[in-house]
Amino acid sequence: MIPTAFEYFRPANLSEALALLEQYKDEAKLLAGGHSLIPLMKLRLAQPQYVIDLGGVKELSYIRESGEHLLIGAMTRHVDVETSEMLRQRCPLLAETAHRIGDVQVRNMGTIGGSLAHADPAADYPAAILALGAELRAVSTKGERWIRAEDFFVDMLTTALQPGEILVEVKVPALGPRTGTAYVKVAQKASGFALCGVAVVLAVDPNGVCQDVAVGITGIAPKAYRARAVEEALRGRALDASVIANASAKATEGIDPLEDLHASAEYRAHLARVWCRRAIEQARESV
Amino acid sequence: MGRTIEVTINGLLYRHDVEPRLLLVHYLRDVIGLTGTHIGCETSLCGACTVLFNGAAVKSCTLFAVQADGAEITTIEGLAENGQLHPIQEGFWMKHGLQCGYCTPGMILAAHQLLSRSPDPSEEEIRRGIEGNLCRCTGYQHIIEAIRYAAEKIRVTREGGARSK
Ligand SMILES: Cc1cc2nc3c(=O)[nH]c(=O)nc-3n(C[C@H](O)[C@H](O)[C@H](O)COP(=O)(O)OP(=O)(O)OC[C@H]3O[C@@H](n4cnc5c(N)ncnc54)[C@H](O)[C@@H]3O)c2cc1C
Ligand code: FES
Ligand code: FES
Repeated sequence: MIPTAFEYFRPANLSEALALLEQYKDEAKLLAGGHSLIPLMKLRLAQPQYVIDLGGVKELSYIRESGEHLLIGAMTRHVDVETSEMLRQRCPLLAETAHRIGDVQVRNMGTIGGSLAHADPAADYPAAILALGAELRAVSTKGERWIRAEDFFVDMLTTALQPGEILVEVKVPALGPRTGTAYVKVAQKASGFALCGVAVVLAVDPNGVCQDVAVGITGIAPKAYRARAVEEALRGRALDASVIANASAKATEGIDPLEDLHASAEYRAHLARVWCRRAIEQARESV
Repeated sequence: MGRTIEVTINGLLYRHDVEPRLLLVHYLRDVIGLTGTHIGCETSLCGACTVLFNGAAVKSCTLFAVQADGAEITTIEGLAENGQLHPIQEGFWMKHGLQCGYCTPGMILAAHQLLSRSPDPSEEEIRRGIEGNLCRCTGYQHIIEAIRYAAEKIRVTREGGARSK
């Protein structure tokens, strides 16, 4: 369990980090909380020649309000998202999702940027990021761009980030009026990773009719996805039990569920349907 | 390709040249000689290697020693003061919170983190606070009682201290 040798850099700010990344490109790996990268390096599944530690780049660790949005720096630890009073008030879905990640030691080290950039199919944040319609800011020595959450996750462990780009910020909308949210999860016992995680953002009118809804599902497929068929079956309808049941039955429509030693494809699809229903019910209660 | 790091461990400042790939747990055990920090799984799952890193509980098998440059680390050896067990250590002793003891240093430091964030935890909070630590012997119940004992002891000591002022 000893990684291969590498050269280590600890830049003090973002521009130094970008310059190092530009210089070493594919030979280099960014190190954020290290709680995905270091396990891979110990197994020698990752063997970077250069490791660029973002631990000293303090400017990437913040949670700020910006009008009707909240901005979260990429190096913000899971524990800080979980306990942020501002997020608990204005974006409880994100705080709740962070709260459900791994265990306390993992939350003390892991970062939101590292989790999103790693794009583990069983990670929690992607479900919430999709349901919130978040936007992610990536920076390179050539400039910056915003990436929509839906365009960000490309495949298992693959994102839209290009070589030389650093994910620096996550932008999420604040909770709107008459809106409820929920994140529910079935955890794999040993690691805590999601066998199935469902995030819901739900807006209803005073008569209980669904005005808008977004559902993000993780753990089921090679990448987290928006469950469009579920959303369509809810929008414009009064959210009674049969409407919710009917919609949740579509949780894996168009999706090929993963199969591994933790769960068969059939069981994963079952989990997605059941927990989708529970997430919608919980979001409706929280309006 | 050594790199010089300065780390404060249990209040003492150390300076060493280390290879970047050296894991923090190996630094603590093999370089410093503090073998109270155990290695259980080496795969970030068991929590036996838990130490406090700038006050936060972390799994020291999942950090490089170079990441600890400038940091303050507390290991199990740093908890007792003047030969007197820390209340959490005392709790594990009084409430039989261990059998083989392999998981105990990590459990105690995870409990330390828990009590620093919520001094009066419910049973549910205690269970959640030690979620990252596995014990193959006790069945956890005595560990939970040990942590509750410690919370109570710390509270009484603090109130006693406040009264005597
Ligand atoms: C025991 C255990 C249990 C866990 N349980 C869960 C769980 O239940 N749910 C869950 O979601 N996660 C879980 N995790 C994963 C954890 O949340 C990781 O912290 C997270 O996935 C990665 O974040 P990190 O900051 O540690 O990133 P790192 O491991 O440092 O980096 C991960 C990858 O992202 C790249 N990267 C990092 N930051 C950036 C950036 N800003 N821009 C571009 N690329 C970047 C790195 O180069 C690397 O390839 C668990 C991990 C462990 C060890
Ligand atoms: S040895 Fe570090 S978590 Fe098991
Ligand atoms: S006391 Fe033996 S592992 Fe916990």
